[in-house]
Amino acid sequence: MTAPLTSLDRPNSYIGRSVPRPNAKRLLAGRGRYVSDLRLPRMLYAAFLRSPHAHAKIVSISTEQARAVEGVHLVATGVDLAKICTPWTGTLDHFKGMTSAPQWPLPVDRVVWAGQAVVAVVAESRAIAEDALELIEVDYEDLPVVVDIDSAREAGGALINPGSVNNTCFRSQLDNGTVDDAFAHAAHVVEEEFTFGRHTAVTLEPRAIVADYDPADGALTVHHGTQTPYQFQDLYSRHYNIPEARVRVIATDIGGSFGMKLHVYHEDMAVVGLSILLGRPVKYVADRMESFVSDIHARDHRVRARMALDAEGEILAMEVEDLTAIGAFSTYPRTSVVEGNQVIRLMGAPYRFKNYRATLEVIFQNKVQTSQYRAVGHPIACAVTERLVDMAAAKLRLDPFAIRAQNVIPDDAYPQTSPTGYRFEALSHQACLTRLHEMMDYDGLRAKQADLRKRGIYRGIGIATFVEITNPSPAFYGVGGARISSQDGAILNLTPSGEVRCLISVTEQGQGTEAIISQIVADQLGLAQDHVKVITGDTEVTPHGGATWACRGAGIGGETALQATRALKRNILEIAALILQEQPSALDIVDGQVVDTATRNQRIPISEIARIAYFRSDTLPPGTQAQLTVSHHFAPQGYPFAFTNGIQGCLLEVDVETGLIRLLKHFIVEDCGRVINPMLVDEQLRGGIVQGLGAALFEECRYSDTGQLVNGSLADYLVPMPMEMPDIVIGHVETPTADTELGAKGVGEAGTAAASACVLNAVNDALAPFGATINSIPITPMKVLTALKRF
Amino acid sequence: MDLGETAVKARAFSYFRAATIDHALDAHARAGDDARFIAGGQSLVPALSLRLQAPRLMIDITHIDELRGVRREGGHLRIGALTRHCEMLSEPLIAEFAPLLHAAAPFVAHPAIRNRGTFGGSVALADPASEFPAMTLALDAEIEIAGPSGRRRVRADDFFIDLFETALQPGELITAIYVPLFRADQRFAFDELARRRGDYALVGCGILATFAGERIHDIRISYLSVGNTPTRVRGAEATLVGSRLDAVRIAAAQAALEGDLAPPESDEVPPAMRLHLARVLLGRLLGRLGEAA
Repeated sequence: MTAPLTSLDRPNSYIGRSVPRPNAKRLLAGRGRYVSDLRLPRMLYAAFLRSPHAHAKIVSISTEQARAVEGVHLVATGVDLAKICTPWTGTLDHFKGMTSAPQWPLPVDRVVWAGQAVVAVVAESRAIAEDALELIEVDYEDLPVVVDIDSAREAGGALINPGSVNNTCFRSQLDNGTVDDAFAHAAHVVEEEFTFGRHTAVTLEPRAIVADYDPADGALTVHHGTQTPYQFQDLYSRHYNIPEARVRVIATDIGGSFGMKLHVYHEDMAVVGLSILLGRPVKYVADRMESFVSDIHARDHRVRARMALDAEGEILAMEVEDLTAIGAFSTYPRTSVVEGNQVIRLMGAPYRFKNYRATLEVIFQNKVQTSQYRAVGHPIACAVTERLVDMAAAKLRLDPFAIRAQNVIPDDAYPQTSPTGYRFEALSHQACLTRLHEMMDYDGLRAKQADLRKRGIYRGIGIATFVEITNPSPAFYGVGGARISSQDGAILNLTPSGEVRCLISVTEQGQGTEAIISQIVADQLGLAQDHVKVITGDTEVTPHGGATWACRGAGIGGETALQATRALKRNILEIAALILQEQPSALDIVDGQVVDTATRNQRIPISEIARIAYFRSDTLPPGTQAQLTVSHHFAPQGYPFAFTNGIQGCLLEVDVETGLIRLLKHFIVEDCGRVINPMLVDEQLRGGIVQGLGAALFEECRYSDTGQLVNGSLADYLVPMPMEMPDIVIGHVETPTADTELGAKGVGEAGTAAASACVLNAVNDALAPFGATINSIPITPMKVLTALKRF
Repeated sequence: MDLGETAVKARAFSYFRAATIDHALDAHARAGDDARFIAGGQSLVPALSLRLQAPRLMIDITHIDELRGVRREGGHLRIGALTRHCEMLSEPLIAEFAPLLHAAAPFVAHPAIRNRGTFGGSVALADPASEFPAMTLALDAEIEIAGPSGRRRVRADDFFIDLFETALQPGELITAIYVPLFRADQRFAFDELARRRGDYALVGCGILATFAGERIHDIRISYLSVGNTPTRVRGAEATLVGSRLDAVRIAAAQAALEGDLAPPESDEVPPAMRLHLARVLLGRLLGRLGEAA
């Protein structure tokens, strides 16, 4: 007996199918085109002298000796570059009252973090540039350093930005329902203070840029390892006053980004200026040490939160105060307050309660900037909410699954608005909870846990529900005045041989964007996938769009491709109908052949239509103008965001003598709407979870009290490695969004959103017999042993 | 990546490939001691790239035959200085006659580093967090040194002086390490506590014990990652000599560590925590030694 036929059994049905990424072979064969590898004729190399001080006045810079080194072409300071580049400010209008100081490519009078680039040298090799750096003398005058949250908030304390009244960047408040009343009448209140350390992206390929200004043409070409070429085209054009059409940004293969490479970096802006000053291509690749002190960091929150419940375990209210420290500037152009904003808005998102109050305070300090990195704000909101839920469950003697089942918004109750004001179209918490419970063999794990405890082995089981923000509309950045698009564009054309080229504005960072776009095009047109070529990441070639970030590539880019393909198909069938003397509606395309819709009989290959249209238009009826290239844009409408949801589970073992934690197994049930490529979705989830597990147990940028990063190397900064990673079991629930034909939502950040929360709950579960608790991430052996009072 | 032109670069230096020990020593002297010997380069090359070190001359000693090979010499195993970490895992003579080194080797970094890093280089650098220098102490090894004034052998106990400081004088290099052959009346154990496999350990320990029946006749316990040098814990050793390995003795040895160790301040592993971990590890290793009977 054979399985029943499904939609996946028809020809060219690629949506929902695990097909390999067309670019995987090229990358595995070492044929990637990374900016790090690029070598242009007459190219020079930049290196930067960095500040050893976290806060100091630049008294003088002496560069004569460096300029005299053979092979050095230019030594440039902040003053030199400020003459050709206008400053930028990392604020957005919809964050009312937000402030941040103006920034230049290199500082003109003050350094504000240790590791900040101060002077640039351009030479015939990186080695010569580094030789010259050693000959530059900068005279600094120390200024008071602000490194921790409390000293930054001290009245009358040191100020990071002269002329400001305090070190506050932004404050925000939310107050919905009757919070005071709910807490006053609650049967139970749980309360805790949580801390979340800084961590950073640690991409395989560091930041890399080659700027190539051609003075004869007045044109700038920038090869840039970034997620967002269009954003940088706009910024280079406006800050260096070059007409937009003469700025081209090419972002081909990129060795990882995770949000880190969509921000403006001082060195990158400087390299553009250096190329303009020299009229030659200039390359800069950050080395690993430079990456640690200049890539954006993320998180760094201290959250005090409490939750009110009634006697039966119904959540009544939450109150949250988030303090987050972002560095000396807010990042441009997306700001450094989006994370805090999402922290206070995602709290409690899976649950039904309506009373919510939150305050957010974003604070400057003398460290490198923090900004958007995979799962912006989600891990903090998730860890705080889910830990409080577990604390409440313990207090009420409820099982963690039971209290969640009791409080999540029921799957049949949508649409709903969260207590923080987010509008949810349709989520599936109940289905995910049920599925995870089975998948984990939860009851079996609990029985085993009890058994092992008798033998002195302490296992912990943790779960965490989450909601993820995907498919952002202009409500995300556009309304704040940022020139960051929430729409995407695609240009599709049928080649003379009947193949399809798709130029699309979403970008590929290794997650398989090009693969899913080719699946959608092939599926919708009726063509073998290998006859579709997808081209991304070149502002001269691909239409303007948002590119790939905030989990928008599949949902918005995919819908753009779907609609563009349907338009091309209509145009092809119009010509086919003329040739075949049929109505277009009577025809369809299957496997590259025009067929009768009713009988599926083959009539004419689309390659023949292309041949006739391109080479024998004389044989078509007079007045016919075949349009075998279409361009199409799609901007999300309807809900401002497509929220997704899911739940994760974690099984681990704590060595209560050493504080070391062994991850045994991890589970996720996730609902990202329509799944286009199950294999890619699963690997996105796994990769995201691993990054979340890194944050949970290993990754932290640690600073000395003078503002020096003390672990800025891969020997000291611990990224998650295969030996420590558990198997990850994945399940899916599919609730497509009705806002698009495709129905896809994002998935790239779901793994990271809840992995650390899940580990936090599991560790606390393991430590429960000792009455010890931990509410700080990362969970280090020291924190475990301190909680257990072992030393 | 285009390493030639974009990576962090060392300052320029001259390079000399020595064919014999005398060539190497001579080149060093001629450079006025502004020179470094290089073998596996697993610590030196990063230091050069970071410009933490910038010698005028690099003397490549990897082609000196006399520094190679593992063989028995009387009551010792002679391990040539160029013996690579990976050979500690694959060389049968080491597994048989220096099983403590064989047991420690998998904990030395990662395969790529083990493929290049050398035993002599590791001992010469004397990183207090490295496994092999600490194990030379547990093994009562002797380090053979060649220098301008000839050859000498220094006991491991006298070799490690302070942080990255050893009995090696400028212009000297290690030629071989002599390890007493493992005997039937001996037992060994090695383990370490690390947050990730292959990382520098929070604390690590190797033990070589000689038994007279069920009683410990002699024991050498050496720690890594507990101070400025690889560290023998003589107080703990003393509590065990002449005794059976029972719970009371193990607890006494653990307690004695407080007098043996003075771990440095560290933001991630405070001294009291490191001492606690050293005790836990000692308890586990002595427990294993007891079971190995």
